[in-house]
Amino acid sequence: MGIRVDRDSCVGSGACALFEPEFFDQSEEDGLVVLRAREAGAEALPALRRAASRCPARAITLVPSDGQGSAGWDRSD
Amino acid sequence: MTQSFELPVDKRRNVLDPVPELLELNARAPLFRPPGGMPHWIVTDREVVRQILADAERFSSMPPPEPDGRKPDPHPGSLLQTDGAEHSRLRRLVAPMFTVRQMKALEPMMARIVDQRLEVLERAGRPADLMRYFARPVSGLILAELIGLPRDDLSELSRLGDHRASGHSPRRHPATSEYVGHFRKLAAAQRRDPGEGLAGMLIREHGDAVSDEEVAGICESVANGSIENTAETIGLGVLALLCHPDQLALLRERPELMDRAVEELLRYVSVVASVSPRTALVDVEIGGELIKAGEVVSCSVFAANRCPYGGDDGTADRLDVAREPGNHLALGFGVHFCLGAALARLQLRIALTGLLERFPGLRLGTGVEELRFRSLAPQFGVETLPVLW
Repeated sequence: MGIRVDRDSCVGSGACALFEPEFFDQSEEDGLVVLRAREAGAEALPALRRAASRCPARAITLVPSDGQGSAGWDRSD
Repeated sequence: MTQSFELPVDKRRNVLDPVPELLELNARAPLFRPPGGMPHWIVTDREVVRQILADAERFSSMPPPEPDGRKPDPHPGSLLQTDGAEHSRLRRLVAPMFTVRQMKALEPMMARIVDQRLEVLERAGRPADLMRYFARPVSGLILAELIGLPRDDLSELSRLGDHRASGHSPRRHPATSEYVGHFRKLAAAQRRDPGEGLAGMLIREHGDAVSDEEVAGICESVANGSIENTAETIGLGVLALLCHPDQLALLRERPELMDRAVEELLRYVSVVASVSPRTALVDVEIGGELIKAGEVVSCSVFAANRCPYGGDDGTADRLDVAREPGNHLALGFGVHFCLGAALARLQLRIALTGLLERFPGLRLGTGVEELRFRSLAPQFGVETLPVLW
């Protein structure tokens, strides 16, 4: 599965970097999200779904590896 | 203090719990018009709160007009009371200083302050007021270090903060302008000689692109969002644990649950009962109601965090320190999400860990029914919290 972040929406809350540091970091320069991995295995799906639902800026989306994204993968809140 | 008016339903609590009226209103509809007409709407439903806070295009955070129709004074640098591009500009000035990594670098400073205050608390003797000797000084001293505020200013700021928080007191307005004045002085002093704290860093890194008024406003926003919120969360968080001995025992037995416990306590006590009001810029249909342009909406994050909600497993009213950290709203949602979230989380973890380690026999020094709560303050909290050990 692919992980996408929207840096224009990101508010630098750090919620992703705090709970899922394997996948997310924050830039030293602007405090906004930096992806550490653009792809993840299916076993990471529950954690990534939680990260997406926790994001206060709704800046994280999950997409099937081969596609451009679909609503079903979007959020889980 | 005698109260000559009824406290709004979203400000009332049954010690730590939502009052039955709030639960009933939440069960009936996602939002309602409170008696008295201001705010025009109170929203209690978790999903509708999220939708409104995420919709900064249609809901402004600029303060609504005063009851007499007067426009509120402009407040340069205020992170909470600005919209759109101006808010983004301010937030981007400070966001890099509040990352998880930056806060981790401050961990030794926070641990030192917590240790010092644990000493003071212990020396105060049993029973000691946890708020006076620990919770308030810890959050105040950490904030002072973070901003670069002289320690001597703290007691004065806390006195002004108390007046400001006292709702309808006649001393509220003078205290507010004195409070603002304090930060203006700080900004001017830091302009001449920029220090290591947030104020000095803003001036060093952004020079004339940020005015003294903005530096003052930013520091005031950070202080407002930090000192009382953290102190009250420590106080009510400890109270919540002491009122749930099974949860306290579990946390003592499994200290690795502390990060989860911090999230759970943030959610459970939600000291900011309602986030700062939003004003609809256009007519908005939401939650089966029509919010008209110009109407003021209060989002009750306390209700949203604690009332039963269709999307969860029906355990929102229960304290569960082992709960998988979810998407609670205690730190807000959307573009105004708490700038100091990483600061708050780390501070709470260090303070609670220190307290539990130092006092294995920590318990309430009074009956719960004796406690007095700050119902009118912007942050709900307990006035004094006598503890024994």
